[in-house]
Amino acid sequence: MALLEVEGLTVAFRRQAGLFRQRTMEVIHGLELTVDAGQVVAVVGSSGSGKSLLAHAIMGLLPDNAHCSGSIRYDGTLLDAARVSELRGKEIAIVPQSVTYLDPLIRVGKQVRHAASAGGGEGERLQKQVFARNGLAEETARMYPHELSGGMARRVLASTAIISGAKLIVADEPTPGLNEAAALETARQFRELADAGCAVLFITHDIQLALSFADRIVVLYAGTVMENAAAADFAGDGERLRHPYTKALWQALPGNGFKPLGGSQPHPDMLPPGCLFAPRCCHASEDCTSQRPEFMPLRDGAVRCFHAS
Amino acid sequence: MRSRDNHSLLRLMKALLWKALRLASLLAAISIVSFILVSNSPVDPVQAYIGADMLVVSHEQRELIASYWGLDDPPAEQFFRWGSALLHGDMGVSMIYQQPVTEVIGERFVSSLSLMAVSWLLSGIIGFTAGVLAAMNKGRWLDRIIKWYCYALASTPTFWMGLVLLIVFAVWLGWFPVALGVPAGKLAEDVSLLDRLRHMILPALTLSIVGISSIALHTRQKLIDVLESDYVWFAKARGEKGFTLFFRHGLRNIALPALTLQFTSFGELFGGAVLAEQVFSYPGLGQATVEAGLRGDVPLLLGIVLFTAIFVFAGNAIADVLYRTVDPRMKERGTL
Repeated sequence: MALLEVEGLTVAFRRQAGLFRQRTMEVIHGLELTVDAGQVVAVVGSSGSGKSLLAHAIMGLLPDNAHCSGSIRYDGTLLDAARVSELRGKEIAIVPQSVTYLDPLIRVGKQVRHAASAGGGEGERLQKQVFARNGLAEETARMYPHELSGGMARRVLASTAIISGAKLIVADEPTPGLNEAAALETARQFRELADAGCAVLFITHDIQLALSFADRIVVLYAGTVMENAAAADFAGDGERLRHPYTKALWQALPGNGFKPLGGSQPHPDMLPPGCLFAPRCCHASEDCTSQRPEFMPLRDGAVRCFHAS
Repeated sequence: MRSRDNHSLLRLMKALLWKALRLASLLAAISIVSFILVSNSPVDPVQAYIGADMLVVSHEQRELIASYWGLDDPPAEQFFRWGSALLHGDMGVSMIYQQPVTEVIGERFVSSLSLMAVSWLLSGIIGFTAGVLAAMNKGRWLDRIIKWYCYALASTPTFWMGLVLLIVFAVWLGWFPVALGVPAGKLAEDVSLLDRLRHMILPALTLSIVGISSIALHTRQKLIDVLESDYVWFAKARGEKGFTLFFRHGLRNIALPALTLQFTSFGELFGGAVLAEQVFSYPGLGQATVEAGLRGDVPLLLGIVLFTAIFVFAGNAIADVLYRTVDPRMKERGTL
C-alpha cells in the first residue's frame, strides 16, 4: 500500500530581477513517485536535479519564496501545510545531509532525545538503545556536534529519525564522505527500517549504492523523473531499462563499460522547449526537440520518453 | 576526568597570567601617550588653577605654585616621579579638587556607576528584546519600526538626545529636575534615595536610548541568521515549533553574542557618560574628566585615563571569559 504518493509536484522560486520585475524559476516539474510501506525507493540524480528540494517539499519546509503545486499524499490523505506540520517528527522524519543540521550548542544525546516522542527517562533509555544499535559509544551522547567525526555525525543524524518512530523516513544524501563499508552499513540500516515496515525514500547520487539495497530506483534529471524502474531492471547491458538517460547512467558505471555521457544537465533558467534530455540524447527526433513527453507507465515502471517501448 | 580538570585549570592560570601581562603593558603605553599629550597641551595648569584671580597673583607667586607642583622640572622627570609614586599606589593629588586622585575617582565613580549600570542593563534588555521581536517579524511593520528607530538612534549624538529629553521632560513637563545629582541647596544628610533616583533618570535614559540600537540591530541580524540555519530547519523537521523552538535553538545561540557585545560596549558606555553627565551637570566621573582636561589637572586626568582603561579592559576580559566557558566550541581551543 502506498504510504507516500507524489503527483505532478512542481516547485518554482520567485526571484527579484531588477527593481520591479519578478522572475519565476521552475526547478521541479510534474514529478511523480510513490513509496510503499516496507519499501526502499532510491531517488537518483546528479547535483542540481532537484533531489534535496523534493525532500524539503515533502517535509513542507521549502523557503518562503518557493511556490509548490501538485499533490503530496500521506497514507491516502492530502498532506497540506496543517497536516504536515502535525506529522513532522512523529510520522514523517528526515535524515539530513550534514552535521550543520545539529545545533552547535547542544549535546548530541540531548538533541536525539528531543526527537523522541517519549520524554524523560524513557527518552533517555531509547536514545541509549538507538546509539548502541548504531554503533555509537555511550560517551558520544555527551559530545557537541563539532566533536563528532563525519561518520559519527551521520549515525547521530540517522538516530534522530529512528528514535522518532516515524513511518515515512526521507534520507537526504546520508552517505557522501563515508567510506564504502560505512556507506553500506548506513544502507543496511535503512533496509532494516523498511523491513520493519517503514517507507524509506533514499536520496542519493550513488546509483551503485542505491542498487545494492533499494527496491525501486527513481531517476531524476533537471527537476523531473525520467524513469521509475525496479532495481532488478538494472542488469546486463541495461536492455530492460526504459530511458536513454538511465541506460547512459548504467553504462557509465565502472563495471558496465565506463562510457561517459557527453554534455551537461540544463540549468532551470535555460530549459530546452522539448524533452529535457533531448540535447544529450542520441535517439532524439524532431518530436523530442519540440514537445515534452508525458510520464507514461511502461512494463511495471514508468518513463518520460517518446521512443520507449 | 580529574586530569582533564587539572589540565584546564592550568590552562586557565596561564590565560589569566597572559591577560595580566597584556593589561600591564597596555597601562604603561597609555600612561606614556597620555602624558606626552597632556604635557604638550596648550592649557597652562597654573593659569587654569588661578582662573579669575590672575590679576592679583604676581609672577613670583605663579612660579612658586609651578615649582610647588614640580611643573618646571623636565617632562621625563615629572613622568618618572609620577610613575614611581603610582607603583607605590599613590596616584597623586588632584589640583582642582585638592583631594587625593583615588578619592576623587572613587566618589565620582560611585555616582557614575549607578548611572552606567542602570543604562547598561536597560539598553541591554530593551535592545535584546527589540532585536528578537524584529527578527521574529522580519519584513513586517514591527520590524520596520524597530529598524527605523535603531538607524535613527545610531546616528543621534548623545548630547543632542540629552538636550531633547531635558527640554521635554524637565522644562516642558517638569517631571524631572533639570540638572545635578541631588537637589540644589539641600543638606547632604537630607538627600533621600528618591531624590538621587529622580536626578539619575534623565541621564540614564539618555544613555540607554542611545545604547539600544547597536545591540538591537546585532541581535536582529544574528537571530535572522539562526532562524535560517540548517539546525533550525532540522528542528522544525523534527516537529519543534513556536516557543520551544525559539527557546531551545534561537535564544541559546543569540544570547552569547549579545552578552559579549554588551560587555565590550563598556568603552562606548563611558564615552556616552562623559557627554550625558556634561549635559545634565551630573557629578560623575565623566564630568570630572572634562573638568580635569579643561583645567589642566594632570594627575586627575591621568588617573581617570588609567581607571577607564582598566574598566574597559575588564569588560572585554569578561566577554572573553564568558565565551570561553559557555561556548562548547571554544572550550577545547587553548590560548586566550
